[in-house]
Amino acid sequence: MNPSRARPTGPSEPDTPDEPVAPPRPGAPVGRPRWDVIAVVALGGALGSAGRYGLLVLWPHASDGFPWATLGTNLSGCALIGLLMRLITTHPAAHRLVQPFFVTGMLGGFTTFSTYAVETRSLLAADRPGLALGYLLGTLAGALAAVRLGIWAAERIRS
Amino acid sequence: MVLLGGAVGAVARFGVNWLVVRGSRPSPWATFTVNVVGSLLLGLLAGVGTALPGWVGTLVGTGFCGALTTYSTFGYETVRLAGTGPVGRGWALLNIVATLAVGLGVAALGWQLGRSF
Repeated sequence: MNPSRARPTGPSEPDTPDEPVAPPRPGAPVGRPRWDVIAVVALGGALGSAGRYGLLVLWPHASDGFPWATLGTNLSGCALIGLLMRLITTHPAAHRLVQPFFVTGMLGGFTTFSTYAVETRSLLAADRPGLALGYLLGTLAGALAAVRLGIWAAERIRS
Repeated sequence: MVLLGGAVGAVARFGVNWLVVRGSRPSPWATFTVNVVGSLLLGLLAGVGTALPGWVGTLVGTGFCGALTTYSTFGYETVRLAGTGPVGRGWALLNIVATLAVGLGVAALGWQLGRSF
């Protein structure tokens, strides 16, 4: 047995790690999140939620009516996440707080799944199954198209 | 109330994502988890309805549940999964069906539970 294999051999070890250091995936938090990241997520979440609440107040709907405000919120948020994520991930010099603030905080706080689920349930309970299905699938199809549109727009901007 | 609930909800979602990614699971698991938990809680609040003071609905419902759950990340992750080949498209479809079916199911379940209070 070669003893140098069994034991680390001093200061040269850290320079030759066993595994190559993988670059962090975009958006993947590595290590414990820093306080400034948590703070900008909170600030962005508060602002995004206020924007969503503002639209709900401006654009109210009855429990058996079509929830236009939530649809508008979710579709515009999806277009913006496609745009911003493509811009951020292709921009090596993007500040490290840009994604936590704008994407995780603001867009995450602005768009909502829970309201969408509860509104769909309300439409079903109000005996509007066609409207409920249209809202459920219309939001989904629109959201996926909006994300793609945002990515496409970002590519246009960068080229 | 909305600002406070929104701040706490966004940080909670960020925390769940951190725990899930640290546990070497892909990020859509975190998004699925927060969307299901938030839908159950908002369904419960809607079921209890006017028996609750108005500020609870604004703080916990509009603020916390709204910010905890997200459609933008769900949409973005689904599009990204679908762009990674046939296996990814399968995962994207599963992500859609599971999130919509379970999310709507727990919202209805929460509403029923809230009603019985």
